[in-house]
Amino acid sequence: MIGSLAALLAFQLAGEILVRLTGLPLPGPVLGMLLLFVALLARGRTPPVFAETTRGLLAYLGLLFVPAGVGIISHLDRVAGEWLGIAVTLLASTALALVATAFTLRYMLRRQGE
Amino acid sequence: MDRITRVWVYLAETPLLWLALTVGVFWVAQQIYRNARGFALLNPVLVSIIVLVALLMLTDTPYHDYFDGAQFIHFLLGPATVALAVPLAGQAAELRRAWLPIAAALSAGSLTAIVSAMAVGWAVGLTPETLLSMLPKSVTTPIAMGVADEVGGLPSLTAVLVILTGITGAVIGIPLLRVLGLRDPLAKGFAMGVAAHGIGTARAFEHSERAGAFSGLGMGLNGALTAVLVPLLVWLLGF
Repeated sequence: MIGSLAALLAFQLAGEILVRLTGLPLPGPVLGMLLLFVALLARGRTPPVFAETTRGLLAYLGLLFVPAGVGIISHLDRVAGEWLGIAVTLLASTALALVATAFTLRYMLRRQGE
Repeated sequence: MDRITRVWVYLAETPLLWLALTVGVFWVAQQIYRNARGFALLNPVLVSIIVLVALLMLTDTPYHDYFDGAQFIHFLLGPATVALAVPLAGQAAELRRAWLPIAAALSAGSLTAIVSAMAVGWAVGLTPETLLSMLPKSVTTPIAMGVADEVGGLPSLTAVLVILTGITGAVIGIPLLRVLGLRDPLAKGFAMGVAAHGIGTARAFEHSERAGAFSGLGMGLNGALTAVLVPLLVWLLGF
């Protein structure tokens, strides 16, 4: 397990360093994810211990967003003042994005299947 | 100084209290969510944030003090994002087969997320700073904050709007797509990741490993595309 954790941190670190060297508009962890993805494909299979550790970490992905979310407390005045506009925009825009993505994908997959 | 005061002084000075409370509150919220058979409005991220904000207000604790403890959890977002490569690698064959539909869906979803936020936000009369902070709302916090800064939004407000978008997507996503007759876990998962980043991905993993894997992919790809599109669209449309 500790080896898996070390590997995740190493890929994150590699991502952070590359982002700073190249000036890519990506956060380090996202580039780290792409690097790990390429490494796993090159290796051909994921070691079982590694799969198990990452599954454990991803099972609680939601928890990891809580500290940033509590930051809403610093913006309560603005959010309270514009709450209706913010709520309508978030709801409409998120729903439209979900539908546009999912149905474009389904349409294209079906067309490809024909 | 009496004992209770001494205990409080100790707790207020160490990161342990808020770290323990964040994990504890989330655990309880998740138990409630499971007992309610995944009732969408009881989303554990949403419930935990509401409870912790209430606790901070009741005890008059500044966010900065809270974050001193909670930062240890926040830090794990990095390794967890890297870890999303593992379920994705398990779907490599499908990815190779469907790369063109995925690219098309990504473009459609990313543009829709940004342009619809511009249009609706403008129509309901959001203030310019709020509107600009809103544009990168569908992508993971670190990218969104950088983009907001670039176009003249408020990065810390963006962080909040990103979390609210993720919760919105996690709550409405699966029921909405089900009502519209969409069954494919690949399409459902990918849409959750494009529209609602990591919080949508957490929800997609509850649905299935396959949906979660493609959600992680959608989140990563949309992060990269949005970082390019938002500044471009703001410039083109003269916001």
